[in-house]
Amino acid sequence: MIRYFLRRVLYAFPILVGVNLITFFLFFVVNTPDNMARIHLGVKHVTPEAIQQWKAEHGYDRPLFLNRERSGFDSVTDTLFVDRSQKLFSFDFGKADDGRDIARDIKTRMWPSLAIALPAFIVGLMVNITFALLIIFYRGTRLEYAGVVGLIALMSISGLFYIIAGQYFIAKLWQWLPISGFGEGINAYRFILLPVLVSVVSGIGSGARWYRTIFLEEIGKDYVRTARAKGLSELRVLFRHVLKNGMIPVLTGAVVVLPLLFTGSLVTESFFGIPGLGSYTIDAIRSQDFAIVQAMVFLGSVLYIIGLLLTDISYTLVDPRVKLS
Amino acid sequence: MSLLKVENLSVRIAGVTPVDDVSFSINAGEAFALLGESGCGKSMTALALMRLLPSGGRIASGGVGFDGAALGTLPESQMRSLRGSGMAMIFQEPQTSLNPVITIGEQIAEALPAQMPGGEQKAEVIKLLQEVGIKNPESRMHSYPFELSGGQKQRVMIAQALAGRPKLLIADEPTTALDVTLQAQILQLIKRLAKERGMALLLITHDLGVARYMADRVGIMYAGQLVETLPVDPDNGLEGAFHPYTRKLMAALPSLDRAGQRLAAIPGRVPSLNQKFSGCRFADRCAHVFAPCAETPPAWNSLDQGHAVRCHLAGQPDSQVEPEVAPALKVIAPSEENVLSVRGLCVTYTQRTGQLFGKKSIRAVDGISFELSAGETLALVGESGCGKTTAAKAILGLNPISDGNVELDGQRVSQLSERQFKPFRRLAQIVFQDPYSSLNPRMRIGEILLEGMNSLKVGGGAGRSQAVAELLEKVGLDPSAMTRYPHEFSGGQRQRIAIARALAVQPKLLICDEPTSALDVSVQAQILNLLADLQREEGLAMLFITHNLAAVGYLAHRVAVMKEGKIIETGTTRDILTRPEHPYTKGLLASVV
Amino acid sequence: MSFVPEVLWTDALIWLLVFACTFFALHVVRTPVLRSSWHTVLERPMGMASLVVLGVFVVIGLADSLHYRTRLDNGQLDVEVKSILDRALVQLKQHTERTYSAPLATHAQARETIEKPNGGQAREKPRLQFGGAHLADPEKEWTGDVLIRMASGLSYGLIASIGFVCLLTLTLNAFWRCGISHAFSRLWRPQDKDPAWRSLMLSSFLLLLVSGIIFSLADGYHVLGTDKVGQDVLFQTMKSIRTGLVIGTLTTLVTLPVAIGLGLLAGYFRGWIDDVIQYVYTTLNSIPWVLLVAAAVLIVQVFIEQNESSFSSVAQRADVRLLALCVIIGLTGWTGLARLLRAETLKLRELDYVTAARAFGVSGPRILLRHILPNVQHLILISIVMDFSGLVLAEAILSYVGVGVDPVMNSWGNMINAARLELAREPVVWWPLVAAFSLMFALVLAANLFADVVRDAFDPRAAGSSGANS
Repeated sequence: MIRYFLRRVLYAFPILVGVNLITFFLFFVVNTPDNMARIHLGVKHVTPEAIQQWKAEHGYDRPLFLNRERSGFDSVTDTLFVDRSQKLFSFDFGKADDGRDIARDIKTRMWPSLAIALPAFIVGLMVNITFALLIIFYRGTRLEYAGVVGLIALMSISGLFYIIAGQYFIAKLWQWLPISGFGEGINAYRFILLPVLVSVVSGIGSGARWYRTIFLEEIGKDYVRTARAKGLSELRVLFRHVLKNGMIPVLTGAVVVLPLLFTGSLVTESFFGIPGLGSYTIDAIRSQDFAIVQAMVFLGSVLYIIGLLLTDISYTLVDPRVKLS
Repeated sequence: MSLLKVENLSVRIAGVTPVDDVSFSINAGEAFALLGESGCGKSMTALALMRLLPSGGRIASGGVGFDGAALGTLPESQMRSLRGSGMAMIFQEPQTSLNPVITIGEQIAEALPAQMPGGEQKAEVIKLLQEVGIKNPESRMHSYPFELSGGQKQRVMIAQALAGRPKLLIADEPTTALDVTLQAQILQLIKRLAKERGMALLLITHDLGVARYMADRVGIMYAGQLVETLPVDPDNGLEGAFHPYTRKLMAALPSLDRAGQRLAAIPGRVPSLNQKFSGCRFADRCAHVFAPCAETPPAWNSLDQGHAVRCHLAGQPDSQVEPEVAPALKVIAPSEENVLSVRGLCVTYTQRTGQLFGKKSIRAVDGISFELSAGETLALVGESGCGKTTAAKAILGLNPISDGNVELDGQRVSQLSERQFKPFRRLAQIVFQDPYSSLNPRMRIGEILLEGMNSLKVGGGAGRSQAVAELLEKVGLDPSAMTRYPHEFSGGQRQRIAIARALAVQPKLLICDEPTSALDVSVQAQILNLLADLQREEGLAMLFITHNLAAVGYLAHRVAVMKEGKIIETGTTRDILTRPEHPYTKGLLASVV
Repeated sequence: MSFVPEVLWTDALIWLLVFACTFFALHVVRTPVLRSSWHTVLERPMGMASLVVLGVFVVIGLADSLHYRTRLDNGQLDVEVKSILDRALVQLKQHTERTYSAPLATHAQARETIEKPNGGQAREKPRLQFGGAHLADPEKEWTGDVLIRMASGLSYGLIASIGFVCLLTLTLNAFWRCGISHAFSRLWRPQDKDPAWRSLMLSSFLLLLVSGIIFSLADGYHVLGTDKVGQDVLFQTMKSIRTGLVIGTLTTLVTLPVAIGLGLLAGYFRGWIDDVIQYVYTTLNSIPWVLLVAAAVLIVQVFIEQNESSFSSVAQRADVRLLALCVIIGLTGWTGLARLLRAETLKLRELDYVTAARAFGVSGPRILLRHILPNVQHLILISIVMDFSGLVLAEAILSYVGVGVDPVMNSWGNMINAARLELAREPVVWWPLVAAFSLMFALVLAANLFADVVRDAFDPRAAGSSGANS
């Protein structure tokens, strides 16, 4: 078990280095620090000295990959890339353009994200499974056909539509819930309900359809025929045999996104004014704040890799055939 | 009073009638076998009895009476209580027929009568497991199916079927997916349990030997219909069969006694079932066809006690079916010319282990040696997983060889690089087991046959298409097949194409890896005849890999028995099959029923 | 007035794609296996209907992909790049109002201060310049006029439908050679294995009716209203079709070579090649997709800003950005298909026909080309049609995030982005949103239904159950 973890961590390391290399390439090789300085300083103040000073202030005054002024091992290590990577790996994300500490921002903003994403995820999972099972139960009838076409129609609607329609009808027209914002304490749930509802509804189409395919594949297997030949009722076949097998890919597929719930949803948070990591990211993209985007990319990758690890562990929990090795 | 009475049963599914007007009955405690080739509707009949037809399938007409109830009109809830307690079923594939994530104990317990209290359930499960010969049932009942071997899984399936104390046990090809050595054990178990519990048995099988061994009465199916039912004679088995199809089937079986003779093969193929039939379904393949066969469907004719046949011949006065005669062939002795020589061949796999960066090696082939001359057939016999296919692929340079020496036509070919090996590739070719996966579905037959000639530069450009036509004729196909795709051909025809593909580069050695085990008996006879002819005409050396000892007796000159990567016994075919020395070989021969 | 054709980058690629599709269609006709699979798609009413809807979108998109510039009187080229579609809808394009007006309205949405002829001032909704301008007294005449136009639109649609059925009968008669009357009755009572002709006729009939009404009304009104700057919303949604189609198809064009190449190589050669390719796609997968696209688009944006001068027109700049977006999404989105193809290749390479080819000494690349690629074709096709709708939807999201197509380009994402705050206005301005969402829904729904039918027809797992043992 410990050996297994060790190996997984060893595998994860090169992936994070790769992620880092990609973002570094995107941000600093295509868009050099000189360019960034020019953009930030504005047209008027561009003098070579000002650029140098801006670079020194923001820590961009070293060469990208190879420091010719240093010799030996230092020529590779005393560079912007290694410096940045070291900081990222120690979760020191530096400062945003407006001078705020990114790491602290992330720490405070992940909780509102989680407050929306976690309930949306759990309710969504249950709703999708229920719909999928219902459609499976009525398979071979017209109800199934209608259900499948309905799901396809649901997944053909833009996610933005669900948000805008939800805000317009539920919040503006009928005034059941606040249109956007986020609160602390006892009334916080009022702000959470609508985003969660919208997220769940917009996920039904693709989610339930996917689960239906999984369950349908299980139902065609030989052991289901054996179960029926034993004289078990259709409900028992469905719940005890099909569901137990079908839940393996469903659950392990869900586990991989579990850590990513911390980073929230970009669009939902932005529309509903949730002060979470999603809206943080979207604001950073719009204001072209590369430091924040890079930090979020790194964070996302770390969480994804943790998700992969959790997936493997969850397999051993739900599938007796799999042992960690 | 019969326990099960099937009357004029027809099943329809997706525009096809796989079961058409089938009637038979089984008495309590009787064993009845439905015998037929693949696609004849025997499994579909069994599923229709259980009302477990695949989706889209339905009973179109006819009735099933079971223990006084009419199953066709029974509401689903009552039918359900009948399944398991009235009739239970065992399936062909023990690997997939058990739920992989539920322990076997729980799965058996599910099949027990619902009102049984929990404590009793456990005792009953243990008793059942004991009965089907699972050791340590107390601990085994907590195992998951993946922790059991194939034979054990089938035993669990049997225990599960017995749990509801059924009056009728339906066994659908219960040993087809298992290794030969397990076949006799499982069949004996089923036979013993049926006798002990007074259960009636409906056995679905394609194997004449199995049917004869297990059943009191046999029904032969062809193209969706039952064509003959007859009792099994304790001494002569099915020798009294009347229907030309049944007789052909029996004559098509290879055996040691038939070596050097041509096997009786049935020409043509089974008609497709999406059409209306006007006459006898076997008419266009029958050697005894006469006027009424093409026009009127034959009716049932009763011959003896319990023996009825659906054939116009039986209605004729003084009809007498003469015995099938197998013409003897000219026997040609193998020449002295050595084609293949294998010395101490080893093939090793590496497998990742649980350790960090840990690997261990597995010896699939462990130092085997043999020689093969032109015109000679050596049979490599063993259970699945004994390394026989791995050895064949290693000889062809498709698997890396870890140790030992292979010589093709006197030249050393082991330890060569892909490029160095290429000039020798045309010396040896291979024919595979599965006729469906051995031809690329997206290539025309002509392209398939040309591939080897093009790659190995055999024959000139213009001569090649001529050569393709000749090859197709040689394996008994029309040259027009060239422009068609594999899916237009039956399994037997595909196997002919695969043989033609191997012959296209004019090899001296042909490796046949279970070439007939995916085929029906009558088609198997065609392929075995073809292989024997080819060897006689071309002087081919053949390495015949199989677990089918009957085919070995018919075709091979010498036999080498393999177990766990080693050759444990070798000798002439007659010696090995009649006077085996190694206990494993003896067991292997004893397992054939 | 002469004109000079202008070939934008995406135009060239789209026509290349059309060419490739024609080539593929010929290949399908020649290959019996593929032909029968496609035939089952056409036999399904849902497949036929969605194909008709998709066809209409494609025709509009193609008409919008033939660009030209007019030569002005002074001999210089017009700075504006127009398409055939612009030319066809020139009336809609030029009839711009000053600001918002509701669908079919005769007056503007908001009150304005108007100088009365008698010198006084009044707050009232001014008449539109074009919408309902032909009416003398809108309050009395409007209902009647709209109804008459709808009726005439319906009759045009009806006539066109009859014409279509006649044309279809004549064409099929040429194929079947069974006589016109027999061909006509066979259209209504299809024989076994005939394409779903009734579905074809019904969906064309409905489409023709709807477009008849729309065009008859569009002659005198803004059918879907006008937006903030007075542009016709119907015109905008029609122009957005091309953007959606380009993103849905050209992205795939980028994805395919990468996904196929890497997926097949990893699956066939295994070993270190597999390790490297798996490493690359795990790494790419681990980066949140929107962030990866956003980062890349920001870079492109910076690049475009720095090279502003090298674009001769706004359309060209927007086009390069659109192409860049497709390339970026394509280069970040190949991992799913590559993984699928790798897994399938791992299975296929163990099949006997591949072993047989290896026994003939056929080289690795040739085995990939002759044996593996043709047998993963169906997976590639299914993934193309399944991805298409997702990409059209993704455009809207990316435009909202601010990393979508150029803000001057017509796209549903830009329309939604511009209009989403208008729901907060009093009175509500809902029509740009509804228009954009509905057309996007129509395209995506048709594509999804089509994908569903294609998957059923091509997936051997869906079809393979009938080949089971007796």
